[in-house]
Amino acid sequence: MTPNQNRRRLSLMFFAAVILSSFVWAFSARGEGGEPRYFAIVNARIVPVSAPPIEKGTVVIARGLIQAVGTNVPIPPEAWVIDGTGLTVYPGLIDAGTDLGFPKPDAADESAGAAKPPAPPREYAMGPEDRPATTPWRVAADELKITDKRIPVWRSAGFTTVLTAPDSGIFPGQASLIDLAGDRVGDLVVKPTAALPVTLKGLGGFFSFPGSLMGTIAYVRQVFDDTEWYAQAEPIYEANVGKSERLRYDRTERVIELSLRNNEVVLLSANNSIEILRALHLAEEWKIKAAIQGAQQSYAVAGAIAARKIPVLVNLKWPERAKDADPEAEVTLRELRFRDRAPSSPVSLEKAGARFAFYSGGLPAPKDIFKNVRKAVSAGLTPEAALRAFTVDAAAILSVDDRLGSIEPGKIANVVVADGDIFGEKTKVKHVFVDGRWFEIHEEAPPETPTAKNPAAPAVLTDSEPEVGR
Amino acid sequence: MRRASIFAILLASFTGALGAFAQTPQPVFIQNATILTVTHGNIEHGSILVRDGKIAAVGTNLKAPDGATLIDATGQFIVPGIIDCHSHIAIDGNVNEGAPAVSSMVKISDVLNPEDKHMYIDLAGGVTTANILHGSANPIGGQTVVIKLRWGKLPSALPFEGALPGIKFALGENPKHSNFGPPPGMPQRYPATRLGVEEVIRQAFTEAREYKKTWDDYDRRRTSGERDLIPPRRDEKLEPLVEVLEGRRYVHAHCYRADEILMLIRVANEFGFKVRTFQHVLEGYKVADEIAASGAGGSTFSDWWAYKMEAYDAIPYNAALMQERGVVTSINSDNPDEARHLNQEAAKTMKYGGVSPNDALKLITLNPAIQLGIENRVGSIDVGKDADLVFYNHDPLSVYAVVQKTLIDGEVYFDRATDLARRPELEKEKQSLLDKEKKAGEEEKGEEKAEKKSEKKSEKKPDKHKPPESGDSVEIIERGVR
Repeated sequence: MTPNQNRRRLSLMFFAAVILSSFVWAFSARGEGGEPRYFAIVNARIVPVSAPPIEKGTVVIARGLIQAVGTNVPIPPEAWVIDGTGLTVYPGLIDAGTDLGFPKPDAADESAGAAKPPAPPREYAMGPEDRPATTPWRVAADELKITDKRIPVWRSAGFTTVLTAPDSGIFPGQASLIDLAGDRVGDLVVKPTAALPVTLKGLGGFFSFPGSLMGTIAYVRQVFDDTEWYAQAEPIYEANVGKSERLRYDRTERVIELSLRNNEVVLLSANNSIEILRALHLAEEWKIKAAIQGAQQSYAVAGAIAARKIPVLVNLKWPERAKDADPEAEVTLRELRFRDRAPSSPVSLEKAGARFAFYSGGLPAPKDIFKNVRKAVSAGLTPEAALRAFTVDAAAILSVDDRLGSIEPGKIANVVVADGDIFGEKTKVKHVFVDGRWFEIHEEAPPETPTAKNPAAPAVLTDSEPEVGR
Repeated sequence: MRRASIFAILLASFTGALGAFAQTPQPVFIQNATILTVTHGNIEHGSILVRDGKIAAVGTNLKAPDGATLIDATGQFIVPGIIDCHSHIAIDGNVNEGAPAVSSMVKISDVLNPEDKHMYIDLAGGVTTANILHGSANPIGGQTVVIKLRWGKLPSALPFEGALPGIKFALGENPKHSNFGPPPGMPQRYPATRLGVEEVIRQAFTEAREYKKTWDDYDRRRTSGERDLIPPRRDEKLEPLVEVLEGRRYVHAHCYRADEILMLIRVANEFGFKVRTFQHVLEGYKVADEIAASGAGGSTFSDWWAYKMEAYDAIPYNAALMQERGVVTSINSDNPDEARHLNQEAAKTMKYGGVSPNDALKLITLNPAIQLGIENRVGSIDVGKDADLVFYNHDPLSVYAVVQKTLIDGEVYFDRATDLARRPELEKEKQSLLDKEKKAGEEEKGEEKAEKKSEKKSEKKPDKHKPPESGDSVEIIERGVR
C-alpha cells in the first residue's frame, strides 16, 4: 500500500467514525426529546422593531415561533435559557435580493477538469410571440442548492431570510423567500413564489428580438396584454365550450396570470433616476403591484417614488470606481456625483416617506453589506430606518409581514442576538435563531469535521485534509 | 482629449433638477433685437413680450410691463426655435429594434431620456423641437414622438403637447440589410430586396385592416347584446398601423431612390393612408411633382451623400428643387453633430438653388413645423405661438453666427455666457469629488492591510485549520445544539 492509499484509507475510516458518532449523538439527543424547541433569552435588550426597544427583557421561542416578548413573561419549564446580559436581540435580517442557493461554479471545480455544460445555442426570437428570455414558470425554490456555501455565511452574520432568484432574462423566473436553515430545500422555503422579477433592459444585438430597451418594454407590455386577455378569455371559454375555437396554450400568460391574481409583487429593475421614473410610469400603465429594484439614484426622485406609493428595494452594492479602472480614463462629473450621492438614496427615501428595503445585490460578503449600510447612515439615514429596511419593511414589501420582520408573539422565530448595535463595526453576532433553530456563533477556529449542522464544511474529505492521523 | 473634457463639463452642467415642472414664469421682455419672424419679415430694434411661455407681443413700440424679466438683445438676431424633423437624440438604449421586419410595437416615448447630453448640445445649436425617430432597420419601424428639448425636465415633460404621434418606415438598403448581414448560423431576415420591402408593408397593412375588422365585429356584436364573447387579443404591433389607416398617426418614411418613393405613394394610395414626410429623400428632386401631389413633405440633407450605393444620385439642389415644385421641404440633421449647425445647413440652399434668406430659414423652422402638424404652435415668431426663441450674435445664415441663448416656452435652456461662467466651478467640483474618492480608496486599502496583518497573526497560532471556503474572510463556525 502506498502512503497515499494508506492516508486515503485512514481518512475514510475517520469519516465513517464521524458519521457514526453523529448518529449516536443524534439518537441520544432524540432520546431526550430531540432538538430543543423552547428557548428563553433573558436579561437582554430587545429591539422588536414593531415596538419600542425593551431595555431588559425576555424573548420566549417555542416550536419555531416567538411565544412571548416582554419584561415580565413566564419562562416555560422546558426552555433552554440563554443569558442575554449585555446582548441585544433583533428580528432576523432579511436580504431582499440575492442569488443564494444558485452558486457559481467553483474555480476549484473548473481546474479539476469538471466538464462544463456546453452553452445552449442562442435562440433567435423574431417577435413577442417567440417569448424571448422568458421563463416565469421557473421558481427559485425548485432549483436552489442548499449546499451553497454562502448560506451559513449569511446566516452567521444575522441574515435569517433572503429573497433569491435565478439568473437573468426578461422574465427570469419567480423569486423565492427562504429561511437560511434546514436539512432539505423544503425546510428553507417560506414563500416559493414571493416576487416576479422583470428586467427592463435590452438584450443587445440586432438580429434577435428584443435587442433594444424599447423592444423589451414593448415586449413586456404585450405579455401583460396577453395575460389580461387570458384572464378574460379563459372563463368565458370554459363556460361556453363548443361556441368558439379552443384557446391556444401559452405557458407564459398562464403563469403570469396566476402570479398577478395572487397579488405577487412585480420587481421592475431600475437604477438611475430616469429608469426609476420610467418604471413608476410603466407600473401605473400596466396596473401591476410593483416594486422598484435597484434604485441607487432615488436621491434624485424620492418624492416621485413616495407620491406613487411604490416601494423600493435598494441595491447596497453602491457604485464605485472599478478597482482596475484606467487611471487615464475620463470620468464624467455626472458619474462622480452618482458615486458620491448613491448612498444618500436611503435617507432621501426615508425623508420622502417612501417604503424601502435593502438587498446585497451581489456584494461578496455580509461585512460589505454592513459597511455599505454604514455609508447610508453617514449620509443621514437613521439607524431605525436602516433596521426597518432589513426587517418589517422588507417583510411588508414581500407581503410576509404577518409572519416575519419583527419580534412579536406569533411571528416566525427568526432572531439575531448580537453584542451591540447590529450595524456596528465591532459588533459580533452571538446567536442566530432560524425558525426556532438555534445557531451559536463562535468566531474561532473552524470546525474540524463536517457535521449535519454545518453544510458549509466540505462534504468529502480529501488527501489534503489536516485531520489525517489525528 | 481637451474636447472630451469640455464635453464632460457641458454634461455636468445638467443640475439634476428633476423637480416639478412649470412654475408660472414671470413675463419676459426682450428688447433691441433684430427679429426674424419668418412669417412677416424682419424687425430691426424690435421687442418681444413673453407671457406664460407664449409670445404675447412682437414689435418696435412695446413697453416692458412691471415685474418683467428684461433681456437686452442689442446686436443680436432672434429666430424661431429650430425644428429638427429627423433626430435620434434623447433615446435610452438602441435606436433600432432590428430583428422583426415590422417593429411597430416599440415606442420611442417609452425610452426618452431628458438627461441625454445630445439634447444639451442640440440646444447649444438652437434646436428647440425635434422629431425623434426609430432607426431604419425595418420596412415598418417603431413609433416616433415629437419632443421639445426641455433638457433636465421629467421624461413626461418632453413630448410636444398635442403633436400627432408618428411611425418610422424605411425603404431600400437598410431594411433589406444590404450593407450588413446576420451573424453566422442565422438566416438572412426577410426582406432581402426592394420588392420584399414593399411586400412587408403591404402584408402589415392587410393584417392591420383585418385586425381592425375583428375588433369592429366584436364591438358591434357586444353592443348589440351578445354575451359570452371571447374578446380579440390586443396586438401592440398592429394598433399603430390601424392608427395610420385612420389618419391618427403620421408616416415618416426613410427613403433614397425615386422608384421606392413612387412605390410607397402607390401602396399608401391603395390602403388609403398618407405619407406625411419622406425622410432623406435624396432623389426627391426627380419625383418632386409626384411627392407634392401626394401631399407629403420632404425632409432632406443639405449636401451629404454617396455614403452608400443608393445615396449616389443626390445633388445639393435637392431642397431648393423640391421646394420650388411645391413640396413642403425641411432640412434635418439625423445626427447630433449636424444638429448643432442646422442654420448653416439651411444657408447652403442659398448657394445651391438660390433660395431667399427667409425661405432658407423656413427650411429649419416653419416648414418642419408644418410637416409635423405643429405650425399653429411653433415655427415662427408670431403672437400666440410658443416662446421658443434662439438668439444669435450674427445673422443666423452667416457662418459667424453662434447661438447665445435658447428659450423654450419662454424659459432659458441654454445660455452661452452662463455656461462658460459655470465651467470653472464645475471643474472644481469634479476635482473635489475625485480627491474624495482617492482618499476613501486609500483609507480602505489601509483597513485591508490591517485586516491582513491580524489574519497573519492568527495564522501564527499553532492550529493549522483552514478557514471555511466562503466569500467571507471572517472565520466563523456555528455549533448546533449540544
